Amino acid sequence: MSLELKRVEKKIGQDTHIYRTDLVFKKNTINILLGSTLAGKTTLMQIMAGLDKPTSGEIWFNGKDVTGQAVQKRNVSMVYQQFINYPNFTVFENIASPLKITGINNKEITKRVGEIAELLKLSGMLDKKPNELSGGQQQRTALARALVKDSGLILLDEPLANLDFKLREELREELPKLFENRDCIVVYATTEPSDALLIGGNTATLMEGKVIQYGKTIEVYNKPKNLISAKVFSDPPINISEVNKVGDSFTLLKDSVRWNAKNINLKDGKYKVGIRPHNITTYKEGNNSVEIKGKILISELSGSESLIHFRNANLDWVSLSNGTHQMNVGQDAKLYMNIDEFLYFDESNNLVKHV
Amino acid sequence: MNKTLNQKAWLFVIPVFILVAFNAVVPLMTVVNYAFQETFGNNVFTWEGTRWFKQILRSERFHAALGRQFLFTGIILFIQIPLGVAIALTMPKKGIGVSICLVLMSMPLLIPWNVVGAMWNIFALPQIGFLGHTLNAMGFDYNFTQQIGDAWFTTVLMDVWHWTSLVVLLSYAGLRSIQPPYYQAAEIDGASRWAVFRHIELPKMKKVLTIAILLRFMDSFMIYTEPFVLTGGGPGNATAFLSIDLVKMALGQFDLGPAAAMSLIYFFIVLLVCWVFYNLMMRNEGQS
Repeated sequence: MSLELKRVEKKIGQDTHIYRTDLVFKKNTINILLGSTLAGKTTLMQIMAGLDKPTSGEIWFNGKDVTGQAVQKRNVSMVYQQFINYPNFTVFENIASPLKITGINNKEITKRVGEIAELLKLSGMLDKKPNELSGGQQQRTALARALVKDSGLILLDEPLANLDFKLREELREELPKLFENRDCIVVYATTEPSDALLIGGNTATLMEGKVIQYGKTIEVYNKPKNLISAKVFSDPPINISEVNKVGDSFTLLKDSVRWNAKNINLKDGKYKVGIRPHNITTYKEGNNSVEIKGKILISELSGSESLIHFRNANLDWVSLSNGTHQMNVGQDAKLYMNIDEFLYFDESNNLVKHV
Repeated sequence: MNKTLNQKAWLFVIPVFILVAFNAVVPLMTVVNYAFQETFGNNVFTWEGTRWFKQILRSERFHAALGRQFLFTGIILFIQIPLGVAIALTMPKKGIGVSICLVLMSMPLLIPWNVVGAMWNIFALPQIGFLGHTLNAMGFDYNFTQQIGDAWFTTVLMDVWHWTSLVVLLSYAGLRSIQPPYYQAAEIDGASRWAVFRHIELPKMKKVLTIAILLRFMDSFMIYTEPFVLTGGGPGNATAFLSIDLVKMALGQFDLGPAAAMSLIYFFIVLLVCWVFYNLMMRNEGQS
């Protein structure tokens, strides 16, 4: 079983919403579409589902060309950011609705709805209407509707975005387990890099209608193909600065921060370095750290982490340290960068050296 | 913590209080005064208790007017609500067509009521009116000034023309507020067009439709100007709805006591029906 997008393109009038895309999702995988709003995640999902037709290109499912086939015939289910349930149906009727149309007998329906409700912790609420439920329970109902009919393709379009923090954490933890032992391909769209890392599977990074990179989530994170992919897959945003390599040492172009580069095989010249915020800390980390000075712009403490924005050589930097480190705005501070974790990009923004 | 007591906030309420007193309480109390007393002018009143109320509640004339009123309101609600929803469903959802439809739909609502009455009166005149003449030319014996059925037909048609737009606009607003994923979810389920209407659109429009029905009930139950101009309540008393009958009693016959009692009964009927209907509709809407 697989889902293949072949040379898929989507244009609306003069605007290109999806640039030529080739993707293959394999059987029993969770695939994450990671990108900011308007990156084309929803459009791509609607094309995969058959709710929308590509302007050109083909969609193959299980070795069959399904381009242009109506969505009802494709055995897909979809969960949305908004909690979509039939308002005047009870939770039971809602979950049963995709089964009713297939003409399965009532006994079987009751059994399957019961199982799914159990899995999603909805057993006590089967007689309630959606508007009597909390947001989290409404989304659980929508998830149950998507899971009950054994679709080959389950599409989740930012399913956690409208939930408050606690419910989001709770449901996010459960999600990967829900898809275990299920014969299906899951596609999950999100704007949050942390969602991708927690769920794992494969990730496709998207930017302005283009799929930038697709691969195992952890590989895409550690080896972003280029600067765009690194930017999409970093929150808080990745720090980028120009560096100059001469002989064995790298120098930040606009400052005198310098580090040794004996083990990095790159030609002398100009590069860009990408440093994720958690690799700039108020304490030394790793064996090879280098000092950077700056003026504090913003200092945010959130529970166990400190997010510190500072300015160095006309560039704004973001750092993320473990623990709470109180810094005053305007203060001059010293921070440490872990050079082992630096990503290097050449002048055309492609990755040349990773961790 | 000690709370300081400060009652100055009441001062802010005084202007509204005075306003409400003058435009609602004072006129209403005048009506209440007349309803329980008899007057022969010169500001001399004698106490009559519930006599006028009993008289009105037992009067056949009131029963007939009330019956006509319920029949009229029933008919126009039965036509306007489904028709309004149907038109709203067929209206375009985007593009230039939206503004064109909305402007066209709003037109009848912008015409003053007595102009609507006068317009339809001329439009329906049997010899020279476009509607009346056409119907007669087609072989129908149509004359709304003389035949009861024709008078009702014309009055209902006029009201449908004038007010269906309101239902359309409210329904359209309700429909537009349904997010596209609902339709997609139904499409994925393979739901029929009827099922989409029955299980998504109708429940999602419930609140605006409740408002539409309440507004149309109240307005049509108190209708006065348009039938007064169109038919003057005739032929005979055939289209004399409650408010037309009330004005006849109060200003035509100068029976101020019974007219005042009738006003109050009229007012309580409107209030009661609205209250019952609203509570029925909103029974299960606890949290949303």
